[in-house]
Amino acid sequence: MVDPIFVGLAVLTVGSAIVALDTKELIYGAIGLAISMLGIAGFFLLLDAPFVAMFQIAVYVGAVAVLIIFAVMLVRTQALFTVREDKGRKAAGIILMLFIMGGLGATLLISGLNTPGSFTAPPVDIMAIGQEMLTYYSPTLIVMGLVLAGAVIAALALARREDVEQKDERAS
Amino acid sequence: MWSKKMNELVDFLIVSVVLVAVGIYGLVVKRNAIRMLISIEIIANAANLNLVAFSRYTGNIQGQVFALFSIAIAAAEVAIGLGLIIVAYRLYKEIDVAEFRSMKG
Repeated sequence: MVDPIFVGLAVLTVGSAIVALDTKELIYGAIGLAISMLGIAGFFLLLDAPFVAMFQIAVYVGAVAVLIIFAVMLVRTQALFTVREDKGRKAAGIILMLFIMGGLGATLLISGLNTPGSFTAPPVDIMAIGQEMLTYYSPTLIVMGLVLAGAVIAALALARREDVEQKDERAS
Repeated sequence: MWSKKMNELVDFLIVSVVLVAVGIYGLVVKRNAIRMLISIEIIANAANLNLVAFSRYTGNIQGQVFALFSIAIAAAEVAIGLGLIIVAYRLYKEIDVAEFRSMKG
């Protein structure tokens, strides 16, 4: 009764999200995050949103996951292996997770959203997204471009090593 | 054959709830800054899934446009977060958030 593709994607997404958080090695965590985001992109395809799915793959799998992998490589490996978490905190986290899942899930299942045939509306046209982005949302698009530029410049400024540069200047 | 079987809105919302719960578990339990960033990303993805699912439900375009903006903002946030983690690692030789004792550079 439920789509097997949907079930497979759900298992892939949630399973690799858990793997991303609970593996010992952080580099596998970053790879798990990338696989989880691929699963989300698959959900977008199931929801007839191919443009958002492609954007998701390009930005998350292509940029964010690779960025995290590079950061993991930059950090010395010894700091990555020292895992200090007490059992009590972990048990409390799992209980909180199950509580949120049960509470919100039960609320959704008894709510009015749980009706059959919910996706009867026609799927959104890709061209309409482009038109809307360039007309009604064009100020937002400009602001978003400025935010991205500011974020890139700020990240560059943060990661700059002043001590190394000073040494180079003295040497030359 | 399987294309006849329709997915429902509530299926996607349940997956989104599970992802949010997993992300909150990561934020609560993990003390590693990069892992906390990963859990934030998982929560943001669950929010995007909700936006697109409701966009399909109502037939509105706004949900997908908001999801696109949200993905772009999350990319900026990851860039800044990783920059901060690199700086903190340089200062403390550690990426455990419990070890970041002072905000003074």
